[in-house]
Amino acid sequence: MSAILEVEGLAVRFGPTQAVRHAHFTVHQGETHCIVGESGCGKSVTSLAIMNLLARNGHRQAQKIVFAGEDIQAYSDRQMEEIRGNRMAMIFQEPMTSLNPSYTIGSQLTEVLRRHRSVSQAEAEARAMALMARVGITAPAMRLRQYPHQLSGGLRQRVMIAMALMCEPELLIADEPTTALDVTVQAQILRLLAELKQELGLGILLITHDLGIVARVADHVSVMYAGEVIESGRTADLFARPAHPYTRGLMDCVPVPGKIKAGEPLGSIPGTVPVMKDGFQGCAFRFRCASATDACTRDVPRHEISAHHHVLCHHPVTDKGSRA
Amino acid sequence: MPRLTQASFVIGLGIVGVVLIAALFGPWLSGHDAFAQDLNARLIPPVWMEGGSTKHLLGTDQLGRDYLTRLLYGARISLFIGVLTVITSGVIGTSLGVLGGFYGGRIDDAVLFLITCRLSIPVVLVALAVVGLIGSSLTLVVATLGLLLWDRFAVVARATTMQIRSLDYVNAAWCSGSSPLAIMRDEILPNIASHLMVVCTLEIALAILLEASLSFLGLGVPPPLPSWGLMIAEGKDYMFFSAWVIMIPGLALFTLVLGINLVGDGLRRAFGTQVIK
Amino acid sequence: MITFILRRTCLALVVVLTVMTLAFVLTRLSGDLAISIAGPGSTQADVEVIRKAYGLDRPVLVQFYDWTRLALTGDFGSSFFFKDKVATLIAQRMPVTLSLGFVGLALALSISLPLGILSALYENTWIDRTATMLAMIGQAMPSFWLGLLLMIVFGLQLGWLPISGTGSWEHYVMPGIVLAFTAIPALTRLMRSGMIDALSSDYIRTARAKGLSRSSIIFKHALRNAAIPVVSIAAVQLGFMLGGSIVIETVFALHGVGYLAWESISKNDFPVVQAVVLVLASLYIGLTLVSDILNALLDPRLRGA
Repeated sequence: MSAILEVEGLAVRFGPTQAVRHAHFTVHQGETHCIVGESGCGKSVTSLAIMNLLARNGHRQAQKIVFAGEDIQAYSDRQMEEIRGNRMAMIFQEPMTSLNPSYTIGSQLTEVLRRHRSVSQAEAEARAMALMARVGITAPAMRLRQYPHQLSGGLRQRVMIAMALMCEPELLIADEPTTALDVTVQAQILRLLAELKQELGLGILLITHDLGIVARVADHVSVMYAGEVIESGRTADLFARPAHPYTRGLMDCVPVPGKIKAGEPLGSIPGTVPVMKDGFQGCAFRFRCASATDACTRDVPRHEISAHHHVLCHHPVTDKGSRA
Repeated sequence: MPRLTQASFVIGLGIVGVVLIAALFGPWLSGHDAFAQDLNARLIPPVWMEGGSTKHLLGTDQLGRDYLTRLLYGARISLFIGVLTVITSGVIGTSLGVLGGFYGGRIDDAVLFLITCRLSIPVVLVALAVVGLIGSSLTLVVATLGLLLWDRFAVVARATTMQIRSLDYVNAAWCSGSSPLAIMRDEILPNIASHLMVVCTLEIALAILLEASLSFLGLGVPPPLPSWGLMIAEGKDYMFFSAWVIMIPGLALFTLVLGINLVGDGLRRAFGTQVIK
Repeated sequence: MITFILRRTCLALVVVLTVMTLAFVLTRLSGDLAISIAGPGSTQADVEVIRKAYGLDRPVLVQFYDWTRLALTGDFGSSFFFKDKVATLIAQRMPVTLSLGFVGLALALSISLPLGILSALYENTWIDRTATMLAMIGQAMPSFWLGLLLMIVFGLQLGWLPISGTGSWEHYVMPGIVLAFTAIPALTRLMRSGMIDALSSDYIRTARAKGLSRSSIIFKHALRNAAIPVVSIAAVQLGFMLGGSIVIETVFALHGVGYLAWESISKNDFPVVQAVVLVLASLYIGLTLVSDILNALLDPRLRGA
């Protein structure tokens, strides 16, 4: 499977604040790569940065952003416009506000296809209806003429997915696509995304804060903390042998029925995510880490635990329980 | 539009300050009587123009009265009317707005209805009609404008009261047994005061402009009181030859209103940009 | 939607009735109407004759009922001064006022819309600050003074435009500009804030993620939503302009309804004054109704099931 997206050394700042300090990951075709982390760790900003959709005061820097073999880092706005919606698509967290309230579903769907391909309105509508049916929207012909406010959140998110797929993209970036939805709908959407990934050979970059979702859908995971990818690896490896103290802490936070005992406190990581300013050195997690030492104030090395399993830590945990 | 800088607020404050001082002390210091006519010295141009003299720095009007003195006196009239009108309209509008916002229901419906009716009335026309039918006087102008210009006070007071009414500290006051009047006085009014202050400035400016329009049409402040609007009206007949006769009071009006608006804008930014639609 | 329109229309009618009452009360403010009509120096007998002739000896409520009844059919009585039916007078002068209003609104929109959009696109740059300054200047400018200034510059010194009367379209240019100035500050502000809100919304982020062109995003997506409140406020502004036309019509000697009102006030011609207040208020009320309906039509969320 070829790599559809390779990111190395991505940094984003808004004025003096570093939202992303060092992000690196690779998404392969037919694979779901999850970026997981707490709020404020920079994962959403990372996804926007790839598409170059940052707010006006955001600045992006990277060693490498390669999409389908092309270096898109230096692409102009116009060049990016050609790719967005076309070969690389994105769906967002809030389906309630992500659609234009003044235009019909149909017009918003056909618009993206007609922007990137020369097709007639009728052809575009036909494809829109086919996609809507595929993503589980009933009565697609009627939906074409409806307005966003007439649809529920789950339906709107399906519309967003259909819209993203109109031009048969190679990469789908999904920024917390299920966070704002009911639990039952969440499961349906995730299943839909998994099916589509298989069918279309899509690469999916899924941003989430929910480890449960990661466990369920991810082929590969990158854990972000304070703007850095501090650990990444195949899902099975990461869950079996989490190497970074933060990752361990995250796993411990999730109560597993059967494993926790009544009367024992639930796991938590003391402290909060710091705001990163210029000139910060060393490991950002050291203020909350039980195994922090002086070495952690200096630049942190990247260790390779096993194939595809990297961790950014001075004291990674190499097997369950022991510290290096 | 909250992007004018601190500088504009200071400028506005400066303008208003200068006009205030000029209004209070100017007519004394100028050495002339605003009402003393001298038919031998009519329409003397300002000192910087040909034919001007230092005796009358801004020249004289068509009845030989010193223009500068009249201008300074006119500042008094404008400010006086502006402030008094706003006090009247402010009391009326705020009361209505707070009542409507606080009680909601039927009372609020009534308040909204009153506001709608008031907005439908062509203000300048009605003010003119009242003054025209009863006779012009300073008091009447203030009363009429005060009874007509309360709508923005009511709208803002109502909207802000509604926002505050459901907040926790108001509920706490309810629970501790305060009477509605006490709550309105102690909890609500202090917290809507900042918004009302902004409305005050805008309304003072509006009142000054309206009074000028009324006086311009001869149905505002009665002559020989030197309202700026009246001065412009009196100078209209000569404006093609001596444009300064209307330029000077007009500029004075414009500058004062601009200054007040700048202050209001600065206040709005200082108190936070909670936009009330 | 239909119920919404019906309800708003009923409310509008009630407001009209209230304004009718106010207009009636307005003209009775000066005390004994008969004396005012008769004028100074008239005898008691003269006053009595006038009182009988104009039906002023009847109880006030009867007079009010009579006037209201007739007014609802469009009969506002006869003018004391012009010796003509009030309704006719108003009908003759209405085209001038309406033309002036439309010219003013058209000018205002053609300036505020682009200005507001540009201010939003270049938020906090010199373009934005200049536009704000212009709006502030427009708000502080006394309209009658601006009219006189324009007269001096364009009428006298440059000789481009006529300074009074109603001969041709040129007569409406300067008054139209002055009228536009009263609406430009508010409309520009509204367009600007609407565009800023629209451009920072989630659906614009989606549009950008779809790779749509910049002009498509600004004009097709953002403007469509930002313009809704501007359009409906424009209708209300037209109402204000029609109501406030009296000053400008007097300055430029345009024989519209405002000028008629002005003449009637100075001559104590009560029937005309009453009727003009009512007509202008009704126009305003009608326009606010139109504004609400436009708002509902343009926003699909309000069109509602």
